[in-house]
Amino acid sequence: MIGAQLPALQVVIPLLAAPLCLLLYRPFATWLLTVVTSAATLVISTLLLTQVLDSGPIDYTFGGWAAPFGIAYRIDLVNAYVLLIVSAISTVVSVFARLSVAAEIEASNQGIFYTAWLLCLTGLLGIAITGDAFNLFVFLEISSLSSYVLIAMGQDRRALTASYQYLIMGTIGATFILIGVGLLYALTGTLNMADLAERLPAVADTRTARAGFAFLTVGIALKIALFPLHLWLPNAYAYAPSAVSAFLAATATKVAVYALLRFLFSVFGESFSLETMPLAHGLAVLGSVAVLFASLVAIFQHNIKRMLAYSSVAQIGYLTLGISFVNELGLSATILHLFNHALMKGALFLALGCIAWRIGSARLGDFQGLGYRMPWTMGVFLIGGLSLIGIPTTAGFISKWYLVLAALEKGWWPVLIVIVIGSLLAVVYIWRVVEIAYLGKRLEEAPSGEAPLSMLLPAWLLALANIYFGIHTELSVGVAHEAAKALFGGL
Amino acid sequence: MSFGGLYNYWIVILLMMTGFYVVIASGNLVKKIIGLNLFQASVFILYISVGKVAGGSAPVLQDGFEPYSNPLPHVLILTAIVVGVATTALGLALVVRIREAYDSVEEDEIHDQDESL
Repeated sequence: MIGAQLPALQVVIPLLAAPLCLLLYRPFATWLLTVVTSAATLVISTLLLTQVLDSGPIDYTFGGWAAPFGIAYRIDLVNAYVLLIVSAISTVVSVFARLSVAAEIEASNQGIFYTAWLLCLTGLLGIAITGDAFNLFVFLEISSLSSYVLIAMGQDRRALTASYQYLIMGTIGATFILIGVGLLYALTGTLNMADLAERLPAVADTRTARAGFAFLTVGIALKIALFPLHLWLPNAYAYAPSAVSAFLAATATKVAVYALLRFLFSVFGESFSLETMPLAHGLAVLGSVAVLFASLVAIFQHNIKRMLAYSSVAQIGYLTLGISFVNELGLSATILHLFNHALMKGALFLALGCIAWRIGSARLGDFQGLGYRMPWTMGVFLIGGLSLIGIPTTAGFISKWYLVLAALEKGWWPVLIVIVIGSLLAVVYIWRVVEIAYLGKRLEEAPSGEAPLSMLLPAWLLALANIYFGIHTELSVGVAHEAAKALFGGL
Repeated sequence: MSFGGLYNYWIVILLMMTGFYVVIASGNLVKKIIGLNLFQASVFILYISVGKVAGGSAPVLQDGFEPYSNPLPHVLILTAIVVGVATTALGLALVVRIREAYDSVEEDEIHDQDESL
């Protein structure tokens, strides 16, 4: 029955579509294939999520080879939730991509662009779905290599150096993960995450286990762009093509955070990783610094894409703060924010994509009077910005609210203050844009008029999702709570 | 086990630190990629060393081949070598494009060109 093969299809469909894309080559055909494939993965991840909600975690073994020998996929609520985020964002952004990519990338390169897009999607979905530590590394490299290609396709020549810098740092991170996995294998003789979780406690008090843990954590932290390992991120997001910025900002770091959660909670267990090892305090400090420092830097950016990239670094700070509380509330805040941040950053970067399509720039100086020149696009930016700040009735408020509750439960007042200051700094950098766009001089000769509907509709879809999930929280909060419980329960 | 008995692990550490140092300290984009290669090669040796069983033969299922080395890490590292080759190829391709755009492969010169805009 096809239903039983869904976990494999989730990864195999985009993986097979990628070379097909290269063969099709014509821009429109490859774009259509990308949209259809993304939509197919969205359908599969929705089915998987409902299946997990109905009947608990799904175990899938490739070719019927059981866990220690074959590669096993294990899908619980956390995976299913992340799969849904990645496939939904890819679908929405790929619909948006056609005109945006047509304007920013030469026709002869568009086939390659969509091929890399599908490979990146494969890698991200693969990281989220796999239950095998080495398989995770392979998928991580698939998604990384294809995202280097995607970023290098930006118009500005600085996209090349940004991609190069990302390649160097990303490869170091991935190699660290490889070392960590190798040390764990040497210690336990297994790569399956469930088996690792079973066998690690007996050998946890060895130097090899601690070294493996350190390599894995640092390696994944590089991929997450946790302060101070974030240096690759601002340029990569700022100079990548608009659609790529939206896709990666909403998914890539989220999936890396998922990998961190998986290793910290499921493989090592929270008592080893956050209490025996002093990681809880480390994450709290680095997360706080990330929130304050990156928000402050964001205020002084002239390139709005770069500003949002720094804001992403700050948001990653919130995500790690949620982990550092080591309580269920904090963890559900992190998982919830994975979803909500994907919505708000997706909406903001899509709005910037519309603006780049019309006025060909993302510099603050060119935003004069944009609120009147492109009212609908700026509407999306406004909603996304409000959600980023955390205004009530937006999705951003819900995740901040749970984060604050978790800080209170833990009794960490300084962290609470950091969260509040971070939100105030977000008000400042969003206001800079709003002020120029709505209160700035209206330039008569400047290009005006809305972006086409095929770009505007996906952006509005994400903007409205920000409001919908700010009011109807049953789905997002409910699943996040259950997922946090599942993580604390172990595999 | 004596201090020198695990000498292959010392080589791993030496190679790893050499590669890492080159990545960080060199301003030449091609040299950085080579440093990255050294860094990755050290991890390959680490995996291969882990799979080696002292006195073990090749893993053949036949009498007289006991004990044999663990083949799994060797297979794993084949995958990682492929990934390493792909990364190197992509990295060098990027350097070619960077040279076309900036007419330089030195990090500080490229930085200066971007600053002067």
